[in-house]
Amino acid sequence: MHEFLLIDWVLTTALVWLLIGLIGVVFQHNFTLISRVLFPLGAVCGLALAGLALSGIDGSPQVLVLPIGLPDLPFHLRLDALSSFFLLLLGATAAGISIYAAGYIRKGEGTAPGLQCLLYHLFLTSMAFVLLADDGYAFMVAWETMALSSFFLVTSEHRHDEIRRAGYLYLLVAHVGAVGILLSFGVMAGSAGDYTFDAMRDFPTLGIWPTIAFLLALFGFGAKAGLLPLHVWLPEAHPAAPSPVSAMMSGVMLKTAIYGLLRVSFDLLHAQLWWWGALLLLLGLASAIFGAIFSTVQTDMKRLLAYSSIENIGLIFVGFGLTLIFQSFAMPQLAALALVATLYHCLNHAFFKSLLFLCTGSVLHATRERNLGKLGGLIHRMPWVTWLALVGVLASAGLPPLNGFVSEWLLLQSFLFTSGLPQGYLNMLLPLVAGAIALIAALAGFAMVKFFGVVFLGQPREEKLAQAHDAGRLERIGLLWLAAGCLLLGLLPNVVITLLDPVTRQLVGSGLSFAASSHGWWLLAPISEDRASYSPAIFLGSIVVLMPLVYWVVNRRFRRRLKRVPPWDCGFPLQTSRMQDTAEGFGQPIRRIFSPFFKRTREHPSPFDTQPRYRSLVEDPFWYWLYLPIARIVGYGTRIIAFLQQGRIAIYLLYSFVTLIALLVWTRG
Amino acid sequence: MSPSLIHAIPLSGQVINLCAAIMLLLGFAMLSQRRVLTLINLFMLQGLVLFVSTLIVALTTDQSHLLWSAGLTLILKVFALPYILHRLIRRLSVKWDIETLLNIPTIMLIGIALVVIAFNVAQPISQLSGTITRATIGIALACVLLAFLMMITRSKAVPQVIAFLAMENALFFAATSATYGMPMVVELGIALDVMVGMVILGVFFFQIREQFDSLDIRHMERMKDE
Repeated sequence: MHEFLLIDWVLTTALVWLLIGLIGVVFQHNFTLISRVLFPLGAVCGLALAGLALSGIDGSPQVLVLPIGLPDLPFHLRLDALSSFFLLLLGATAAGISIYAAGYIRKGEGTAPGLQCLLYHLFLTSMAFVLLADDGYAFMVAWETMALSSFFLVTSEHRHDEIRRAGYLYLLVAHVGAVGILLSFGVMAGSAGDYTFDAMRDFPTLGIWPTIAFLLALFGFGAKAGLLPLHVWLPEAHPAAPSPVSAMMSGVMLKTAIYGLLRVSFDLLHAQLWWWGALLLLLGLASAIFGAIFSTVQTDMKRLLAYSSIENIGLIFVGFGLTLIFQSFAMPQLAALALVATLYHCLNHAFFKSLLFLCTGSVLHATRERNLGKLGGLIHRMPWVTWLALVGVLASAGLPPLNGFVSEWLLLQSFLFTSGLPQGYLNMLLPLVAGAIALIAALAGFAMVKFFGVVFLGQPREEKLAQAHDAGRLERIGLLWLAAGCLLLGLLPNVVITLLDPVTRQLVGSGLSFAASSHGWWLLAPISEDRASYSPAIFLGSIVVLMPLVYWVVNRRFRRRLKRVPPWDCGFPLQTSRMQDTAEGFGQPIRRIFSPFFKRTREHPSPFDTQPRYRSLVEDPFWYWLYLPIARIVGYGTRIIAFLQQGRIAIYLLYSFVTLIALLVWTRG
Repeated sequence: MSPSLIHAIPLSGQVINLCAAIMLLLGFAMLSQRRVLTLINLFMLQGLVLFVSTLIVALTTDQSHLLWSAGLTLILKVFALPYILHRLIRRLSVKWDIETLLNIPTIMLIGIALVVIAFNVAQPISQLSGTITRATIGIALACVLLAFLMMITRSKAVPQVIAFLAMENALFFAATSATYGMPMVVELGIALDVMVGMVILGVFFFQIREQFDSLDIRHMERMKDE
């Protein structure tokens, strides 16, 4: 009996999740047990996992061989700094989402609660296994379990046609991507056929094969992360899923893809080529711009957030690409800076995007409405959700002193050093990328203003919104936890960067801990103090001081003089809530400016129409450029193949007969 | 043929060769037979020949498990299956059914071509094999292919099943002649498979007839997914 190591504890926690799920399905008629005991227990497990992973980050790598799976093919597990960091992300986010889900889950909505409990916890367990896996086989099993369990969660309300279609699209892309990953592992395993990551680390770095392995992995993990042009499933699947599942998928599952690609490109393949980084950078930038622009014109609040996820994943990939570029030119210090920005943004996005998705869940339950055009004024009915959503919105828009700002700032900081690169083209082009990132941040801010303003501010656009109720107690705890995470991650960047140090040391061989620690906890200066520094505490302090001051001054100066009189109507004798700026109206300038990006169909009513209807549909052009042609080719191919299916038994027998004869003759010759 | 060459083959070997020749002949006979009833009788005869050849191989080589195989063949293929088939066609009232086979001479010609191919293909196997029955591997393979061809050319359900069973016979014969039969477990398994398959197909016949008022499987073409 060996000593009970940290990895055993992590494994136990993951298995407890599975156990919770199984208990849920066994006692599926006991709704109180599921919602009041099992889901909160899952949240406690998440906390435990986060705590364990926290202590695992600066520990030495631990390995474990599980005697399950096929004969002679056991599961290899490994806990190192990289996987610990992502386990921390998983555990901390899952804690918030699980406790929220305990309050959110309802009887009679889609899949039965017991089954949902099983699928949800299976999803969590499989993600933990993806992060722990140390051989291609265990990784693929966990990866596919993750895809399947989330597929069933997405199609929870499978009675709707569009949800089934979204689920199908998701499953399709997930499987095509999984094939890419599998092939990549196959290339790295080489002819030896040993699929442990240890064997893959010995993969020779010469020739074209590492590039092929990297590109296949990029394709596979990019499909899961929602990188352009494999993003199409994301805006379909996220709105279709129940909100805690959307939060889980967007917050954590997308990050497992980042984890996988980090694992492949830094841990398994040693030598990186600079153009891999440039490719990642370009794809990430394209995704980020695309996601940011599309999120501004959405009219469905969950679709808006889904496009925003594409944007954030794009930013993460930009940082990733930059890390690869620095690393390939042997600049470990700068690579560490870019990697810190990347990982930091992963963590931030997990927190704020989960928070926002959960807020939409509360809105959805309170109003049964996802369409932005039918919401509004919820701040009076749902103060808790509104204020917590505000935290998420500010973080997502990248405003200090919240967490989104820190990582985006670090990313831009790392761009300032690209002029030292010994590559002429990169030197010229990378500043442009930095400019584009500033544009993306602005667009993200715009989308977030739209989201928050249209949903929570103004007046209710529908009668029924008057009946909206605030989130329940458990839901509030979940939201509070995530909002607190957003705030703390923003206020204590030095703590986080010190925490990330072993991860960057493992991957790029350098760290930023000295920069984090050399100026005290309150000042962050990633490279040197006189270049750039950021102190969230001072920022928060000035906000706390200035805001009341301004309020007081304004109040004192204008309050007494302000007189409420019936206004001159400005030609609007009757003013209804319908006259507020709508989601479409708010997004109109962006739609105009970036019109080449969209495929747009509009129906305008004629002036004499007695039942006027206005319809405006903004579609993803990738459908028409890429997916529909592929679908047509596949359809054409299958029609040719379908010719084989004649429906006559004699013909089918003839096929086997001819094959038999051919094989016999072939073996003879 | 010189007398010395005839003496080179022992009597048991000659009998086995005779059996093989009869097997092949029966294969052709079944291929060209229109009557269902006669087809069953031919099948029974094939089973009998198989039994005889297996018995001789068992006795000459002292392979005790082949004795069991031979007994199993006798019970199953000479008595049980023909009996079931007889009952079946009586119950289905297709006893005097005649199937219209198109162009028997062409089918026979294709059959001959198959025999040539089978002999050609089996040659290297016969050289590798050290059994006394190795000369018959080609014939066994030819029987398999002929039965397969029969399955393709038939459009009624019962003859197709008989073709399937004939193929199983031929495979058994091939196994005996190439390696003195398969291990006992495998053979028992196959025998059970044949029984179970027969029962299922019997049920299936009734279902087909209920559905289409005929046993002609061409009716099943419209079940194809459009």
